[in-house]
Amino acid sequence: MELNAKIPAGPMETKWEKHQFNVKLVNPANRRKYKVIVVGSGLAGGSAAATLGQLGYDVSCFCYQDSARRAHSIAAQGGINAAKNYQNDNDSVFRLFHDTIKGGDFRSREANVYRLAQVSAAVIDQCVALGVPFAREYGGCLANRSFGGAQVSRTFYARGQTGQQLLLGAYSALSVQVALGQVKMYPRHEMLELVVTDGHARGIVVRNMVTGEITSHAADAVVLGTGGYSNAYCLSTNAKGCNATAIWRAHRKGALFANPCFTQIHPTCIPAAGEHQSKLTLMSESLRNDGRIWVPKQAGDRRNAWDIPESDRDYYLERKYPSYGNLAPRDISSRAAKQVCDEGRGVGPGGRGVYLDFAEAIGRLGESVIRERYGNLFEMYEQITGENSYKQPMRIYPAMHYVMGGLWVDYNLMSNIDGLYVIGEANFSDHGANRLGASALMQGLADGYFILPCTIGDYLARVSPSDRLKTDHAAFRQAEQDVKDRTSRLLSADGTRTVDSFHRELGALLWNNCGMERNEKGLREAMAKIPLLREEFWRNVKVPGSAADFNQSLEKAGRVADFMELAELIVYDALDRDESCGAHFREEHQTADGEAARDDARFSFVSAWEFKGIGQRPALHKEPLVFEYLQLTQRSYK
Amino acid sequence: MKLTLKIWRQDGPSQKGGLAAYPMDDVSPDMSFLEVMDMLNEQLIARGERPIAFDHDCREGICGSCGFMISGEAHGPVKLTTTCQLFMRHFRDGDTIIAEPFRSRAFPIIKDLVVDRSALDKIVQAGGFISARTGSAPDANAMLIPKDKADRAMDAAACIGCGACVAVCPNGSAMLFTAAKIGHLGLLPQGQPERRQRALRMVNKMDELGFGACSNHGECEAVCPKGISIDFIACMNRDYMRASATETMEPVKRV
Repeated sequence: MELNAKIPAGPMETKWEKHQFNVKLVNPANRRKYKVIVVGSGLAGGSAAATLGQLGYDVSCFCYQDSARRAHSIAAQGGINAAKNYQNDNDSVFRLFHDTIKGGDFRSREANVYRLAQVSAAVIDQCVALGVPFAREYGGCLANRSFGGAQVSRTFYARGQTGQQLLLGAYSALSVQVALGQVKMYPRHEMLELVVTDGHARGIVVRNMVTGEITSHAADAVVLGTGGYSNAYCLSTNAKGCNATAIWRAHRKGALFANPCFTQIHPTCIPAAGEHQSKLTLMSESLRNDGRIWVPKQAGDRRNAWDIPESDRDYYLERKYPSYGNLAPRDISSRAAKQVCDEGRGVGPGGRGVYLDFAEAIGRLGESVIRERYGNLFEMYEQITGENSYKQPMRIYPAMHYVMGGLWVDYNLMSNIDGLYVIGEANFSDHGANRLGASALMQGLADGYFILPCTIGDYLARVSPSDRLKTDHAAFRQAEQDVKDRTSRLLSADGTRTVDSFHRELGALLWNNCGMERNEKGLREAMAKIPLLREEFWRNVKVPGSAADFNQSLEKAGRVADFMELAELIVYDALDRDESCGAHFREEHQTADGEAARDDARFSFVSAWEFKGIGQRPALHKEPLVFEYLQLTQRSYK
Repeated sequence: MKLTLKIWRQDGPSQKGGLAAYPMDDVSPDMSFLEVMDMLNEQLIARGERPIAFDHDCREGICGSCGFMISGEAHGPVKLTTTCQLFMRHFRDGDTIIAEPFRSRAFPIIKDLVVDRSALDKIVQAGGFISARTGSAPDANAMLIPKDKADRAMDAAACIGCGACVAVCPNGSAMLFTAAKIGHLGLLPQGQPERRQRALRMVNKMDELGFGACSNHGECEAVCPKGISIDFIACMNRDYMRASATETMEPVKRV
């Protein structure tokens, strides 16, 4: 299979503009004849559905939550990047492009990232126009803060609830289109199958989560904005319902899955309190602007934080990375935390934690300034741990947070299946092997508001609405039957273990063998164990209730069943990528001072995997990465 | 800790429901309320009983999915807290805790603790937005917004749409929810062109959907996990009165 990324020719600065001119257009009067399905209503899906509705397409939008406003984008805290240079600190489109490529450890496409940086400014403008109450300075201008992996302040924020405010902006734009009848919203509906004939996406099969009814929906194009698959690891910062089912079903129908092993561990999360832990909670990276990270110098030092004098503390990020300090990128900060804990210097129960200390900032700025900046985060921390971070340092530990991997897409955000588009975290496109903080919101909205609505027309203009399949077509009937068969298999196993117990075991296996640090032995072990666990799952899972009902156990079972297959692909990819890059740290490949050692000669490519059957080795296709504008260098944040 | 959970069980919208008691051992004070529910559900499944249905998602107090009445209080006894962020250290060993769904005429029960809150979406669809087509925005700094105005708008915009305000209101009113959106957008210069129509559309839709009116009990503000001030209801009433005196309501339509 030849992978064609369809990157437009010409200088980087003008590629997107030229491409916008070159794509085919759909006449405004004809747009209403085209049906587009958008799955997911987060920043990417919500903004895309709203914008496609504004353009005049006939849109259906599906989400598993009870309202479009609850998509997990809502939980993003810290901010959204944009190359506005409002701070006059030498930011530019080129610098944002550079920081993103470098932060991603040179494993993303230059053309996509450059476009993202170009579009970023318009995203902020659009959000403000929709009424997003970003933080302001006293003169009324927008305020900015700094984030990891950058030496400029380009992050826009709304307290610690930026994702919420951006999502509510997109949701309000979506609501207008719903009111106008341009978008039909299907909340509490879960996509369980993609229908493909002759290499074209034709529609989806969904389950109504209240009644259990299985229905088919046909369209001229299908857009997946269904987020990432961090929950394969069971404990993550994702919402409990986040799942890979939509993209995994598409993968099984032929969509290539790119860089699945590029999974990001976020350095600042609240450590797990015990076996009962159901999810992990992120503490925004923005806290690292004012918080200093440290552990005791001596292993086994069990004194209270406030009893440990300065001379006995190790501010290890400031020591190892003096120029970026506490704002070193996520992958580097996470690994550094793991290392000090492995040395026995971790703090808190179980020794899996490091301090994030605000005492110095409170002394310098006063408690009220810190409260203004991070008040809600401090409250959240206190709710969960019962500890007051104005008086004692927070304890944090890395947790599974985001995936850079996802379905392979070309420059148009179209997968290798014609008419199947993938946007936001669900695709692989912009963050390489490591995403910088505040860039997920930027990408989701850039894809949804500006990029997809332009590029999808190019495909739609080439197909005719009269070729759209009817939902009584055999392909839809077959897909519905597949969904029903699968559901009855889950319900009829009637074994002895709950879905949650399988999910925990799978998560622990991935976290231990394919987490922050990976090696061949551990990966091979996971590779051997996952198929056995999957086999046991189908034989021994206990899913109560019926298919024709509101059944949360059944929903969960379907998602975990897909994670069981996806987990194997993650491990295949991690094993195959015999180098370290960004968040993918193979212990065998590190520099003398313990940093990720890339192997550009062998691995400067995107790994795009083709499904070959359950338990079968997937086929690897490579998209070479060519760097014309930036020189491949060893990342240094020292 | 040992606790007794009394939980509302109801098979479906038209079935009769009732409280069922579940004694729980080995509850850790560091568990969240929903983690206790998870633990109970694991036990129920193992015993071959139907697990308890409840809405939840982010489990960090921002998505607004979760929420039920806990011993008579929406989201439980701790102020400014969603159900998912309620930790067991706030209860005592031996306590009996009652969990019931958010009850209101406009929130029909789907199953157990799950209710249908789609009426709140309909209020937003009626007018809770600024019609700004993608691509039409001026530079973000072209419009200066005083910091105190932006902060105040953010106070209102923090609403998570959980519906606790409706559930505790003796009138089943959605005034705090509606006022938060009207207040947020009405404080901003971008929100001015549609300000009056917004008030008319949202308030009328709220009435149409079967929500009651406000009689200043203040229960809503007291249970709001995001601390939305009841002052916004006064602002909304002002907007509504002014709009009623000067304009007639128009449906949302295309240009």
